Amino acid sequence: MNSCYHCGDDCGNMPFIFDDKDFCCRGCQTVYEIFASHDLSEYYSIQQAAGASPKPVEGKYDFLDNPAISEKLSEFRDTGLQIVNLYIPHIHCSSCIWILENLHQLNTAVKSSVVDFPRKSVRISFNPDVISLKELVVLMSNIGYEPYISLDDYGKRKKSVDRSLIYKLGVAGFAFGNIMFLSFPEYFDLASSKESGGEFWLNQYQSLFRWLMFAFSLPVVFYAGSDYFVSAFKGLRSKILSIDVPIALGVMVLFLRSTFDILFNLGSGFFDSLTGLVFFLLLGRFFQQKTYSYLSFERDYKSYFPIAVTKIGRNDVEETIPVHDIKKGDTLLIRNGELIPVDGIIVRGKTKIDYSFVTGESDPVERESGDKVYAGGKQLSGALEIETLKTVSQSYLTQLWGNSIFSDDKASKFQTLTDSIGKRFTIAVLTIAFVAAAFWLLFDPSKALNVFTAVLIIACPCAIALAAPFTLGNMLRIFGRKKFYLKDTKTIERLASINTAIFDKTGTITTAQKNAASFEGMTLSPLEESLLKNTLRASNHPLSRALYAMLAEHNIMTLDDYQEHLGKGMEGSKGESRIKVGSAEFVGNPYASDILNTAVHVSSNDIYMGRYVFQNCYRQGTAELFSTMAETMDLAILSGDNEGERTQLEQLLPKLTPMYFNQQPAEKLEFIKSLQENGKRVMMVGDGLNDAGALAQSDVGIAISENVNVFSPACDGILEASKFKNLYQYVMASKRAMKIIKMSFVLSLLYNIVGLGFALTGQLQPVVAAILMPLSSISIVVFTTVMTNLIGQKLE
Amino acid sequence: MSVIYVLLTISIVVAVIFFMAFIVAVKSGQYDDSYTPSVRMLFEDELVKKKNLDKEIPEEK
Repeated sequence: MNSCYHCGDDCGNMPFIFDDKDFCCRGCQTVYEIFASHDLSEYYSIQQAAGASPKPVEGKYDFLDNPAISEKLSEFRDTGLQIVNLYIPHIHCSSCIWILENLHQLNTAVKSSVVDFPRKSVRISFNPDVISLKELVVLMSNIGYEPYISLDDYGKRKKSVDRSLIYKLGVAGFAFGNIMFLSFPEYFDLASSKESGGEFWLNQYQSLFRWLMFAFSLPVVFYAGSDYFVSAFKGLRSKILSIDVPIALGVMVLFLRSTFDILFNLGSGFFDSLTGLVFFLLLGRFFQQKTYSYLSFERDYKSYFPIAVTKIGRNDVEETIPVHDIKKGDTLLIRNGELIPVDGIIVRGKTKIDYSFVTGESDPVERESGDKVYAGGKQLSGALEIETLKTVSQSYLTQLWGNSIFSDDKASKFQTLTDSIGKRFTIAVLTIAFVAAAFWLLFDPSKALNVFTAVLIIACPCAIALAAPFTLGNMLRIFGRKKFYLKDTKTIERLASINTAIFDKTGTITTAQKNAASFEGMTLSPLEESLLKNTLRASNHPLSRALYAMLAEHNIMTLDDYQEHLGKGMEGSKGESRIKVGSAEFVGNPYASDILNTAVHVSSNDIYMGRYVFQNCYRQGTAELFSTMAETMDLAILSGDNEGERTQLEQLLPKLTPMYFNQQPAEKLEFIKSLQENGKRVMMVGDGLNDAGALAQSDVGIAISENVNVFSPACDGILEASKFKNLYQYVMASKRAMKIIKMSFVLSLLYNIVGLGFALTGQLQPVVAAILMPLSSISIVVFTTVMTNLIGQKLE
Repeated sequence: MSVIYVLLTISIVVAVIFFMAFIVAVKSGQYDDSYTPSVRMLFEDELVKKKNLDKEIPEEK
């Protein structure tokens, strides 16, 4: 087997040979020629076979010539300089970075190009007077780096990145370090003061050191820690005692008590503990904030829709208009492979439309003049003219996004474990503080305030607040390494709590790639089979290619005659024998037609031989996954497809698993909702736009994706298809992670009890707090990290 | 003794300078993409540049 020098694919029997190198197709060879002629062959030595074969793009990017659209896509545009940021899904290795950053070698009008690898995007500055945006995009497509441009990019200006957390972390760390330094004299000179004859120099400047610490703590309390005050305040206003309440209380009491202490020269204050506390808390937040920047969990239909369409105006003039400008009654031209952006009626042309994205129906449907077509369908053959019935936002599919579920924030409805603990914790701490204060008021009133504040300081739930971010943040990373990408850490908590799992069928538990087919009918003779294979060889139809790959090897022979009838089938003959493959009508047996299954019919010398029935191929390990999951959860299948696969599914799934077919996107959403109203916690596993509503409604929506670079609908997590069989393991792992958090809570409560011992007896020294607080935090971090890694090792 | 004021001032000034450097670095977007630069620095760009120069000379005649 020879693999392509450019893309690494199998070159087959007849490779294209150029420069002593094998290529799988003309496209790959052309890319090589382009690179070689511009001294860019280095591309192949950084990473072998890193390329992608270019796809034909003729006419596809014509809309970029429209100045308004080009303007909307650019970050900046002026005479002689235009800057665009393009998303390129193919970016995957160092060769990609190298070639894209050397774009100026290919075209001198490109001034600079900078790749952002994690985001898979490239930012290009170029001279629009020399090379237009369209030419640039075509150039990139020609070298196999086709940008993905969708309606989502339209009018999207450069997003300002939120870097406030990293600033806050910087401020807190800076102040923490400096305050530790300034506290040194106090640490070494513990019990002494000027009166008792301590170190003279240190005592001399004691108040200077203290006021400097005060100054350093100001930005920490009022800037770095401000989030905790805001969130505690918001929580209290809506009557929720979140974990941020005791934290905010702790920070405030620490600051006030410390200021009070140095003001009246009572002690050195707790500025070191205060800044350390805020620093560690922010560090936890930072750790939790792992994002997969190249994945988006917020996509809606806009990511799939084109930016512009060809409108046929009066006098048959074709013009490109932005999708948003489509009006009711416009006539649009939809080319082969393009997406239908609005609901409409076909006025000219006959076509097959692939609605798999919208309905989950796996087979394309035939539509002709006068039929209604819906937005989201992909046009598969020839050119089509439609008259629009609605605008984009009012179309059948896009209406789904009008549902309020898409504007709701799932996370806000869910109370995390930390918050539910935080509530009890706050009540307990406040009770202890008040009881202790009351006790001391009776016995030694001078100590009462001291004890009251000491309790609040020492009970500040730093370790508790850190347990969840570190455990879940680490789990998120571990899952990411196993190709299970979750939106945020709260998703893990919700995943741990689910008890019902709903699966979509097409594309979720079935694979799109390998189709299996069984033959029903009379056995074909070797000659017939050979003839069949050779007839199929010439066809590009997906079914022909799938069938071709399944048939046994036969020698290649030249057919005497070969004809392909578009949309019907094809025939080939050699000598006396003639074979026809295609639809039932075409091969002359209209009664064999079966609407439920996809089949290819065969006739030899006009005698009907039989049919190849295609079955959906289920993902590896589906049966095992379902049988293990069924032990602890309720399962169901929710499919937009017809019932043709019911019997196969029944064999595959545990007995009595409910199955629902012909479900519309909105019905799927309602189904999930009704389950939730019955107190179920639902995980939805789906893949297409038709599941978008259900994914958004469910407690945890997981999108299955064959290739994570390809778009998946808005969801809480993306699971790579090859890992589908491990889904249950991941659910169990998140349950275990929650156990770790509970264990950490116990551990940190132990620290709090020790600390409270000091606080209640009125002996809390700043140095004790300064040791106890970091010690508890660090030990929690170590504990959670070790434990989650242990869980991670057990995962496949 | 005023030397301690001097020392404190110096130490704080040095700390603040580093802190400012950190802020400037964050602001310039240095922490936005922490992966690509690590790859970019490994490229052998001499080869490309040399050939580039050869080409440009005849053009500039």
